[in-house]
Amino acid sequence: MASTTAPNTPETSRRDFLYIATGVVAAVGAAAAAWPFIDQMNPASSVLALASIEADISAVQPGQQVVLQWRGHPLFVRRRTPKEIAEARAVPVSELPDPLARNANLPEDAPATDQNREIKSEWLILVGVCTHLGCTPTVSTPQAPQGEYGGWLCHCHGSQYDTAGRIRKGPAPQNLAVPVYAFLSDTRIKVG
Amino acid sequence: MSGHSTYVPKTAFEKWLDVRLPILRFANDTLMTYPTPKNLNIWYTFGGILAFCLGVQIVTGIVLAMHYVPNANMAFDSVENIMRNVNYGWLMRYMHANGASMFFLAVYIHIFRGLYYGSYKAPREMIWILGVVIYILMMATAFFGYVLPWGQMSFWGATVITNLFSSLDQLVPHLGSAITTWLWGDFAVGDPTLNRFFSLHYLLPFIIAGVVGLHIWALHVPGNNNPLGIDVKGPQDTVPFHPYYTVKDVFYLSLFVLVFAFLVFYEPNFVGNPDNYTPANPIVTPPDIVPEWYLLPFYAMLRSVPQKLVGVLVLFGALATLVFIPWLDSSKVRSNRFRPMMKLFFWLFLVDCIMLGYIGSQSADASVTLGGADLPLVWFARLGTLYYYAFFWLLMPLIGLIERPKPLPDGIGKPVLAPAE
Amino acid sequence: MRFALPLGLALGVAFCAPAFAQAMNTDARPVKDVHWSFEGPFGMYDQAALQRGFQIYKEVCSTCHSLNRVEFHTLSEPGGPSFTDAQMKAIAAGYQIPAGPNDKGETTDASGNPLTRAGTPADHFPPPFPNENAARTANNGALPPDLSLVAKSLPGGPQRIYSILTGFGEKPPAWFHVMENKYYNPYFDGWNISMPPPLTDGSVTYSDGTPNTLDQEAHDVVTFLMWAAEPKMEERKEMGFGVMIFLLALSGLLYLSYRKVWKDAH
Repeated sequence: MASTTAPNTPETSRRDFLYIATGVVAAVGAAAAAWPFIDQMNPASSVLALASIEADISAVQPGQQVVLQWRGHPLFVRRRTPKEIAEARAVPVSELPDPLARNANLPEDAPATDQNREIKSEWLILVGVCTHLGCTPTVSTPQAPQGEYGGWLCHCHGSQYDTAGRIRKGPAPQNLAVPVYAFLSDTRIKVG
Repeated sequence: MSGHSTYVPKTAFEKWLDVRLPILRFANDTLMTYPTPKNLNIWYTFGGILAFCLGVQIVTGIVLAMHYVPNANMAFDSVENIMRNVNYGWLMRYMHANGASMFFLAVYIHIFRGLYYGSYKAPREMIWILGVVIYILMMATAFFGYVLPWGQMSFWGATVITNLFSSLDQLVPHLGSAITTWLWGDFAVGDPTLNRFFSLHYLLPFIIAGVVGLHIWALHVPGNNNPLGIDVKGPQDTVPFHPYYTVKDVFYLSLFVLVFAFLVFYEPNFVGNPDNYTPANPIVTPPDIVPEWYLLPFYAMLRSVPQKLVGVLVLFGALATLVFIPWLDSSKVRSNRFRPMMKLFFWLFLVDCIMLGYIGSQSADASVTLGGADLPLVWFARLGTLYYYAFFWLLMPLIGLIERPKPLPDGIGKPVLAPAE
Repeated sequence: MRFALPLGLALGVAFCAPAFAQAMNTDARPVKDVHWSFEGPFGMYDQAALQRGFQIYKEVCSTCHSLNRVEFHTLSEPGGPSFTDAQMKAIAAGYQIPAGPNDKGETTDASGNPLTRAGTPADHFPPPFPNENAARTANNGALPPDLSLVAKSLPGGPQRIYSILTGFGEKPPAWFHVMENKYYNPYFDGWNISMPPPLTDGSVTYSDGTPNTLDQEAHDVVTFLMWAAEPKMEERKEMGFGVMIFLLALSGLLYLSYRKVWKDAH
């Protein structure tokens, strides 16, 4: 005998409640089950272990740069001469195409003074990725000057950075980024 | 039965779509209103379970392929990277490995159900043959997949099975070696072999999916068989697939997933072989080379024959035999419920398969001690292989002629003597 | 007919019975009955045991055995020995890892030793020998296996490793020949094992004051090796508990729905 129940009888609502409850539980389960499939594409713990590096920078001479690798990018570690420091400090922020410090250790609105681009004035630690389209800029040395500002020149499209890594000329919109870093000692830094 | 469609598009969008690509009509006719015999039991839920298993294997497999490296120097390490570093990588790997075992468990239940209820008999022969094709594709896929972790068992299992083809040298000189070299891409199983097995392992499941589509299409032409083995006579014998069998299939699926989850989370290495946690070493052969459990019965058959070529023919013949079943069984009665003699031999056949599987898991020179005598297991394997062949080629044709089946009920809708309402 | 199935199953079970052992059989003895904190569906790793086991690996086993697949950062991740971040970095830094060429392109230092650098969390445990040949030369031709997966690759698992570690010291039967450069251990297949007894009472001194008996040491190092092979075990069992509860609830709801739907049929 087929049961014919009118829409609003108690039996209908009891039956519907069971089906709705089952459906909701199943849907919650499906969503919970989907999460691992999505999360597995996030960086694995072996990749995250490389997210921080420590480096000994004692071998870098004034006027020299060493390039490390950090999170797949080049990391510029530059030891500045007093002349380079003075040049960077002489520039008013108002003259800079990008007035923000772009320093992950400071608030986002910090201005791009030279002091806001480093922790110790002698050492410049920058992410060596041109903010235009991602090429690696070439460092300017007294023996082989690159660009007009004594910092870096990006050969891809001509962006020029000064001795504080700030964009001065060319298509790059932002100063070279300063990553999260700290000095563990006078000769040892930790980045990331 | 494939009758006329009962779908009526309601919304404007449904009407628009129905004229251009009647996919909702198709879904309605095949999954919702499709008339299904009302007396299907638990053993009929395994088709849906198998579709779920295929989906799980494909999804987990694609995820694993994002991290796996099919190179002989890196494959084992990449699997360990998945297990140790990839977020939930251990879960993906254990689901895929144990999912393969659950897939075969379900397919064996599905096949034995078809044998028991005569689902292979006219007019369902094509469903059965397509099913055999799917089964063989599954075995090939599983074989390729097991090689990928590049453990000891991966490597040596691949060596043993690909070496089967070298037996063809006895038929045509150099043919077998030419084929094995072609399969390997090298002078032995090596990096080229691994790479191509990865490619084929990724490909075959999608071919399986296509054949499954044909399998279900072939099913929907005559409609489902049922435990009584008698034809559907009219609407009194059927219920719409939805909600009756959607809810039943999903319920039994949830029980199946419970078993699957228990394996994955609490005994993930129970079905596997410890030797595969040792990286492949072409110089050192493990003491006992064994395939995964679902291939063991055929492995026992292969080893039961001392002559290599004949052993290979016995193995492939056992699979080929399955294709002919619809024409081997002479009985006019479908379901073993009404075939007392065939039922006995069916259960013996099941025991035979389990026995062959056990023998396949033991070393080739193992023996069992019965009544003080040491009996080599290979004798039982030979008897078992003989019974396997006899069951299909002798018993199926003969029993249908000589047994006296029980009287069949009048119809599905009235299997007991209670009067209709 | 009715007994066909039970008879068949009985026959099948009879075949599963093991054959009797013959005399002069050098098959490994059955494993010792030993229990672990991590056994069973709710078993977890004993963190103190993991740390002590790590100490044993470091002070004893790592002389010969590598642990190639374990990365230092896992030492401080949940589900393991749970060292602090600082402790883990100190452990890593205590190891010298083969380093790449220096700025001049050299790969060895002035004395001809390969260049090394201090370990970082991302590094794997470095092997005691640079390659297989060196390992075999140092060990009378035997190759000490890597231990990262031994708890899963050795049949018998942790029970077997424990039995082997505590199975030395017995007097072999008179008819048994102990081969040259090998040791008698009836828990190892063939009874001749290339490894000398690695542990005795007092092999290490535990800083937490746990008695350093052979049994304790074996117990701790095997616990550590189990973690090295299955670092995700705790996460797996914890997730499993939630999943099983959920599936039981869902199955219950589905069963009720199934009965409700079918009540109206026939």
